[in-house]
Amino acid sequence: MHRHLLLLLVLSVVSACGGPDSAEPSLSVLNRGISSDPESLDAHKARSLQAADVLRDLGEGLVSFTATGELTPGAAASWDVSEDGLTYTFHLRADAKWSNGDAVTADHFVFGVERLVDPATAAFYAQFVSEISALEAVDDQTLLISLARPTPYLLSLLTHPATFPMHPGSIAEFGDSFARPGNLLSNGAYVLTEWIPGSVITMRRNEHYWNNANTAIDEVRHHIMTQEMTELSRYRAGEIDVTGSVPPDSFEQIKEEYGDQLHVSPYLNLYYYGYNLTKPPFKDSPELRQALSMAIDRELLVEKVTGRGETPAYSWVPPGTNNYEPTVFSYAPLNQEERNQIAQSLYKEAGYSEEHPLQLELRYNTSDTHRRIALAIQSMWRDALGVEVTLINEEFQVLLANIQGREITQVFRASWVGDYNDAHTFLSILQSDNAANIPGYRSEKYDALMQSAAEQVNLDRRRLYLEEAEREMLADHPAIPIYFYVSKHLVSPRVEGWGDNVLDYHYSHHLSIKAAE
Amino acid sequence: MLRYTLHRLLGAIPTLLLVIVLAFLMVHAAPGGPFDAERALPPEVAANIEAAYHLDEPLAKQLGRYVSGLLRGDLGPSFRYRDYTVAELIGTGFPLSLKIGLLAILLALMVGISSGTVAALRQGSMLDRIVMSFAMTGISIPVFVVAPVLVLLLAVKLQWLPAGWSGAPGAAKYILPVITLALPQIAYIARLTRASMIDVLGRDFIRTARAQGLGTKTIIRVHALKPAMLPVLSYMGPAIAAILTGSVVVEEVFGIPGLGQFFVRGALNRDYTLVLGIVIFYATLIIALNLIVDILYGVIDPRVRNE
Repeated sequence: MHRHLLLLLVLSVVSACGGPDSAEPSLSVLNRGISSDPESLDAHKARSLQAADVLRDLGEGLVSFTATGELTPGAAASWDVSEDGLTYTFHLRADAKWSNGDAVTADHFVFGVERLVDPATAAFYAQFVSEISALEAVDDQTLLISLARPTPYLLSLLTHPATFPMHPGSIAEFGDSFARPGNLLSNGAYVLTEWIPGSVITMRRNEHYWNNANTAIDEVRHHIMTQEMTELSRYRAGEIDVTGSVPPDSFEQIKEEYGDQLHVSPYLNLYYYGYNLTKPPFKDSPELRQALSMAIDRELLVEKVTGRGETPAYSWVPPGTNNYEPTVFSYAPLNQEERNQIAQSLYKEAGYSEEHPLQLELRYNTSDTHRRIALAIQSMWRDALGVEVTLINEEFQVLLANIQGREITQVFRASWVGDYNDAHTFLSILQSDNAANIPGYRSEKYDALMQSAAEQVNLDRRRLYLEEAEREMLADHPAIPIYFYVSKHLVSPRVEGWGDNVLDYHYSHHLSIKAAE
Repeated sequence: MLRYTLHRLLGAIPTLLLVIVLAFLMVHAAPGGPFDAERALPPEVAANIEAAYHLDEPLAKQLGRYVSGLLRGDLGPSFRYRDYTVAELIGTGFPLSLKIGLLAILLALMVGISSGTVAALRQGSMLDRIVMSFAMTGISIPVFVVAPVLVLLLAVKLQWLPAGWSGAPGAAKYILPVITLALPQIAYIARLTRASMIDVLGRDFIRTARAQGLGTKTIIRVHALKPAMLPVLSYMGPAIAAILTGSVVVEEVFGIPGLGQFFVRGALNRDYTLVLGIVIFYATLIIALNLIVDILYGVIDPRVRNE
């Protein structure tokens, strides 16, 4: 009797473990890895890079990108720009459709932007479109966007999910749950079919997408894996076709094992150390800030510590940025020994010496890579200048709170990913009134140069102002740019159409799966 | 009896209230908020978001709002999973964690008891030594080492089983997580069973049974197993606790969307409502289980009722 009961129990638990996989064998399925769940699939409540990656498969802005990162028409077939650069007229595709067959009209873009900036929406990216002064739907297929100032990166902004059109009818019908599977309408290549939080987001081909005929993959699954090692195992086992990242520890081994399946490419993403400019010792001490910056051997750091092909950073704006030539630190041409010598005299100038060394705290968020970088920099500063550095690792939310508090931080680890391909996304964060200006940099001259740049219609003139602003800012050393990240993916040989690009955007509809041989 | 049950039920309320208040204060006391990010928000935007989640109100008011929501059975919206409510997340996560945990306990009991018994019968033999050294290894190697090794071997090299969870077919994806979770428990239960079985087999009543000419199988099944199981039974409490905490690691490694993973992610993201919801859910579960045991005692033993 007891034995039967036990058997029954085992059987019932096992049988409750879910049925067989429902995928039809004839479908072309792409399995991708992402490192975290989106906050939301309501493009206005989303925030993370992972959310944007998923949203780019579902929706489409007026403008889009090719696989290799060139701007290309999206929901708009074409556009005209007025001579003063202040008015853009977009001509929407007549065959642009939502996944329920409704036409995508100019109204939907107007509604989207109005909802984005409405305080009631509480959107993270509410200020993303602050340069737009007015939107007008002239007719169903004509959208007029007026700008307060010429904004040459407008087209790049319009590829971002925050500016995607919204379907007013579906929001009115479903309210807060309009972005759930079954409810969410999309105007991009795919429709959301399932989202199991912490596990997987599944989407199917959108039969109504204007470019459906050229979309090869029928089903895309974004698998959520917080552990890079799990993702690697699943790639090795053939369960994942495209990884979101590559674990740092096994990088050399992976390079050897997978050869050209490993894609490493420059990425508009800066790793930097910020100074707390509102408190001593860094307030009013540019000599000290420059000394610490110069004493970091960035070449050694990217070669020995990070080791995944990163570029040493001597500028704030990453190389590869559209229509821009980053200006570099004046000391960049020197070798490390010469840099250290200058750093030593600056250090003395700032009032420190062997007998009276600078003592400082360096904060970083818990991660093996950040710890190793901090250890290396600690020893570089000690060897070159005699600085006594205390390393403090903090949980990310704690570090962020401390940085915002500006009370106890001195030097802290931070990074910035470009939201669009323009120098403005990097340079604007150091303007006095920008919320992301976490070092607390205040320079009237810098702000004025940025302001002048913003008023230029001529791209070359604008660029000169931006470069001048960067040069001005670098000389003040408000922060220490350390290196520019690279994007890292493993891409299965059965996936075709992959393109590397500096924004690290990879639309699933550009990809296809090679038929099994 | 009814009075006794009611009395017990009422007694559980202050405990639960205390858990709620303490947990609420603790999550809010942790530095950093749910909407802090490297990409700092402009103050106006931050204010809008805080207002939307009532984070701009005084803590006491927030607590009142939370408790009044609880009374209506509402655990609130998740701060990090903005499209989901906490109840929905617990609803998807808990059944998974429970299933994997139950399967692991069943597996541990079946394999642990049988291998322990076999080892006890062949005490000192080669087989005994193999089983016991396997058990020793099982106890000493932590889950976060065992899991990747099993994945590498069975999923990556041999390709017998899926390496991950999402999209993997049917029941096969349960095998590796359940084995990983059960392994240390199998080892422990095998050692316990062996020791207690050797002890029991040396007793007089077993000798009597042998003298009566009963076969080894009958002696084990009818006479020895029950008394030998007592230490294993009393180990079940700690075993269940170990499996519940161990499941956090297993869920992370295999990418299983269970409650353990939601709890850890929730804590790191400062998802106040999610963390609180899970704490309250577990607290209620434990209190309810204790309550049932208390009431059953009352049913069995009238003296308890009259105390």
